[in-house]
Amino acid sequence: MWQYEKRLQYPVHITRTDAKLAQFISSQYGGPDGEMSASLRYLSQRYTMPFAEAKALLTDIGTEELAHMEIIASIVRQLTRDLSMEEIEASGFGPYYIDHTTGIWPAAAAGIPFNACEFQCKGDGITDLVEDMAAEQKARSTYDNILRVVKEEEICDPIRFLRQREIVHFQRFGEALRLAKDNIDTPNFYAFNPAFDREEK
Amino acid sequence: MKNPTEKQKLMKDIYVYGFAVDDVKLYLDTHPGCCEALAYFHRMQDALETARQNYTEAFGPLEAIDVDVADGWTWIRDPWPWEGGAC
Repeated sequence: MWQYEKRLQYPVHITRTDAKLAQFISSQYGGPDGEMSASLRYLSQRYTMPFAEAKALLTDIGTEELAHMEIIASIVRQLTRDLSMEEIEASGFGPYYIDHTTGIWPAAAAGIPFNACEFQCKGDGITDLVEDMAAEQKARSTYDNILRVVKEEEICDPIRFLRQREIVHFQRFGEALRLAKDNIDTPNFYAFNPAFDREEK
Repeated sequence: MKNPTEKQKLMKDIYVYGFAVDDVKLYLDTHPGCCEALAYFHRMQDALETARQNYTEAFGPLEAIDVDVADGWTWIRDPWPWEGGAC
């Protein structure tokens, strides 16, 4: 069960419009390594996760990623709320504008719509945690790419916060993977699926 | 439910008052000036708060922020809702 809290996890106060940056940054909303993929990945994986610490971690990080979607959406909204038709046509934002005006719609920077194939839920705790670590690194790389093209401090500041959270999540998933391996009493824990295979008595 | 446990009785109150709040919240979103609905929300708000306190004190946290650290990090304790916990 979830309850909505009427605040952002980290504040966003952007005073300028920039359609091109909005299009770049919105990839972290519905792009391949975006916050929507992250949240749905973790919140879906937790049902078959057999380890207590990892169940809690997937629930808590999956929930935090929902708040990150909201931060990205707020950045994109503030960057596009006062756009003029001239800016839209000059920036390359035109094709998005035709289909969505300035609505917030989940897609990659290159226009590919959000797709559940961007993440996996394999039903194997070890496999899923390894995917989660890779996912956090991919999102961190995307934020690095965004920070290379964004110069304005008021935009960089919340992006840097989100980038830092990818690093923290990577660390925690690494710890969860280590705990999971410690929980498996076998000399070869990659040989079976701890969420599905039953040990023979 | 035959012979519900104390835990199930307390959780039932949370289901009842929690749903009442969820439902009247939507009504108030589109009827923000309805005095009758506001009064009902207020009663359900109190009832839910009491129900949550009663459950949390006896059986542990519903949200991580409710954890009593004197008992350790009870947040990770099984079972989770999808495993039949807190139902």
